Amino acid sequence: MNIPFYYILKNFVARKLTAGITIGGIALVVFVFAAVLMMADGIRKTLATTGSEENVVITRKSSTGEITSIIDRPTADLISTLQFVQKDEKGNALMTFDGVTVINAPKKDGGISNLAVRGVSETAMNIRNKITIVKGRMFTFGSRELIVGTALVKTFDEINIGDKIKFGGDEWTIVGEMEAEKSGFESELWCDVQQLQLAFNRDAFSTLTFRKTSDADIETMKMLFAGDKRLNQYEPENERRYFEKQSEAMRMFIQILGITITVIFSVGAMIGAMITMYAAVANRTTEIGTLRALGFGRTSILIAFLIESIITALLGGIIGVGLASLLQFFSISTLNFGSFTELSFNFSMTSSVISGAMIFSLVMGLVGGFMPALKAARMSILSALR
Amino acid sequence: MSMTKLIVKNAFRHTLRVLLTIIGISVAVVAFGMLRTVVTAWNSGVAASSPNRLIVRQAVSFIFPLPYAYKEKIASIPGVSTVSWLNWFGGTYIDKDQFFARQGCDPETLLSLYPEFKLTSSEITAFKSDRSACIVGIETAKRYGLNIGDIMNMEGDIYPGSWQFTVRGIYTPRSKTDDATQMFFHWEYLNERMKQDDPTRADQVGYYVVKINDPSRSAEISQKIDQLFKNSAAETKTETEGQFQQGFVSSSGAIIGAINIMSYLIIGIILLVLCNTMIMTSRERTREYAVLKSLGFTGGHLFAFIAGEALTISFLGAGIGIALLIPIVQGFEALLPRGWFPVFIIETSTYVLAGSSAVIVGVIAAIIPLYRALTMKIVDGLRFTG
Repeated sequence: MNIPFYYILKNFVARKLTAGITIGGIALVVFVFAAVLMMADGIRKTLATTGSEENVVITRKSSTGEITSIIDRPTADLISTLQFVQKDEKGNALMTFDGVTVINAPKKDGGISNLAVRGVSETAMNIRNKITIVKGRMFTFGSRELIVGTALVKTFDEINIGDKIKFGGDEWTIVGEMEAEKSGFESELWCDVQQLQLAFNRDAFSTLTFRKTSDADIETMKMLFAGDKRLNQYEPENERRYFEKQSEAMRMFIQILGITITVIFSVGAMIGAMITMYAAVANRTTEIGTLRALGFGRTSILIAFLIESIITALLGGIIGVGLASLLQFFSISTLNFGSFTELSFNFSMTSSVISGAMIFSLVMGLVGGFMPALKAARMSILSALR
Repeated sequence: MSMTKLIVKNAFRHTLRVLLTIIGISVAVVAFGMLRTVVTAWNSGVAASSPNRLIVRQAVSFIFPLPYAYKEKIASIPGVSTVSWLNWFGGTYIDKDQFFARQGCDPETLLSLYPEFKLTSSEITAFKSDRSACIVGIETAKRYGLNIGDIMNMEGDIYPGSWQFTVRGIYTPRSKTDDATQMFFHWEYLNERMKQDDPTRADQVGYYVVKINDPSRSAEISQKIDQLFKNSAAETKTETEGQFQQGFVSSSGAIIGAINIMSYLIIGIILLVLCNTMIMTSRERTREYAVLKSLGFTGGHLFAFIAGEALTISFLGAGIGIALLIPIVQGFEALLPRGWFPVFIIETSTYVLAGSSAVIVGVIAAIIPLYRALTMKIVDGLRFTG
């Protein structure tokens, strides 16, 4: 026969303070666990939505990021003639020659960071994420103008419409603010690549991005590049995958740190739960003896205490997840290790985060409550009633 | 029986519970210590900065070079004792996952600017006289099994092509907090190659490192240097090495902030765990406290009993936690990609913080039970059955 659920619930009310403290401890652990998962997922999401599945990025082989990649003009021109590059109605390659560089700008809350300035070709607008100008206007090709991503305007000073930035021996004016479907491009400044080249007196680009033809696949492209003497210094990659890889270092760091901490925390929380449950058992010896004398079996006692422990943990889990969901209102802007430029991302709460957190709290409740529950079950009726 | 003996004996009355509490606290101390170690590792560059080194970099971003011609002008400023320079090389050594700084330098002045890198005089002579020579820090040498005379092959990215350097010296750091992983080669070697491969990039350095005689004049000298090059094609920004390093740290400010918040949450968890135990313990001892009060023990004595017990537990927990921290930090370092944090040690401040939080937590955890013990009427206490 099972012990009435009502009995189990009443115990929470009887010892409000200690129950509350234990639930609080578990809630904190679950909060940290969920927050870390949400951060890592937020980074991945921003970069995974950067670019398009239909695009291919060409970078120099040993470069670690766009700012360390160099492609000279003859090679760029050669690549634009390859068969995988889709052409538009006029027969021009749907390809953008990008020049990526970095400027320093002051953050609103102190310190400075690296901002990516991306010079693009006119085609960039057609092949990438939908770029929408939300304020001001698009820059004019042929002039020293910039548009700034909305994510940057929130975090940085001196990059609003009308501000002038000095680099490449000239002053560039910000004329518009852009949105880019919450992708990594929202953390960049864009301008005309030819102007960028002129300013720096270089005839090389950082990367090339083109729309591939429908029958092209990356593996064939990679083999072709590796086999061609003129092209084996460079490598093609799916645009989405390229940017996702740029976030790998950051994500890995956050995950390693976060999971290590959470594992350590969870041991602490389980111990907290164990302490509470042991005390609960110790205090209710007479009750347990009475219940046994009334005819409830050992298993029922075990289950009753386990359930109590699990409910404690689940309540803590719900509170922790609830608090973590508030994080979605915040965005973080930081230096992405992979690209060495600033990146803004949100905390992203997905169903896997929620289910992961709840399972985590369930496990904490089970493990923390098991031994005390066992102790309660193994008590002999006589010693309990004494 | 002395008070201390009573306190300690009391503490261990419920062996299992106390043991669990101590483990819980030690676990939280480990987590706290680890997070702090990560934050201090991040700041190690700032900590290792010298007040008499100034960094002169391109004003727009330090990824842009400065003309070699600036050297003489900077040297002419009163207060400047030595002008040296460095040039970030980057490149790939073995594969993209091997992180350590690789820079071109001026062998004549490098060691006078950086006395923390120690070499034997024969190593110094060998380094200076071989144009293709390089020196590496002992950590890097150990990691890759490099000895004097070995060749390091690198694939350049910012400076494309294949490069070979001969190891002519392995430096040891002056102290544990100095970076022992860097690699330096002759800037002349890089420059000569540029004169052949890409003359537009010749005679340029990455950034200047300037030694000044009087650290108190750093702001004044910095301004003078920047004044020299104002309105030129390559304007400079001069700041102390500490400020320069702080710039890097602040660009990751958001992540560091999040880690700091987590550390405080952990202290909160420790507090909850200990509070929980103390409240339960003192509730059980209500009758005893009533007896003590009726015997004439004052509030001060009760405070000593309760706080003493709490402090005993928290100190034991902190002590075990600190002892465990050392191997766990080493384990964590092994999990991270090699070379991410050149300096990753547990600093004295971390030990001190862990210890003092144990004290504070012990005292706070004693407050609720103490309050209850002090305000309870002796009669109610004697009647208490739990």
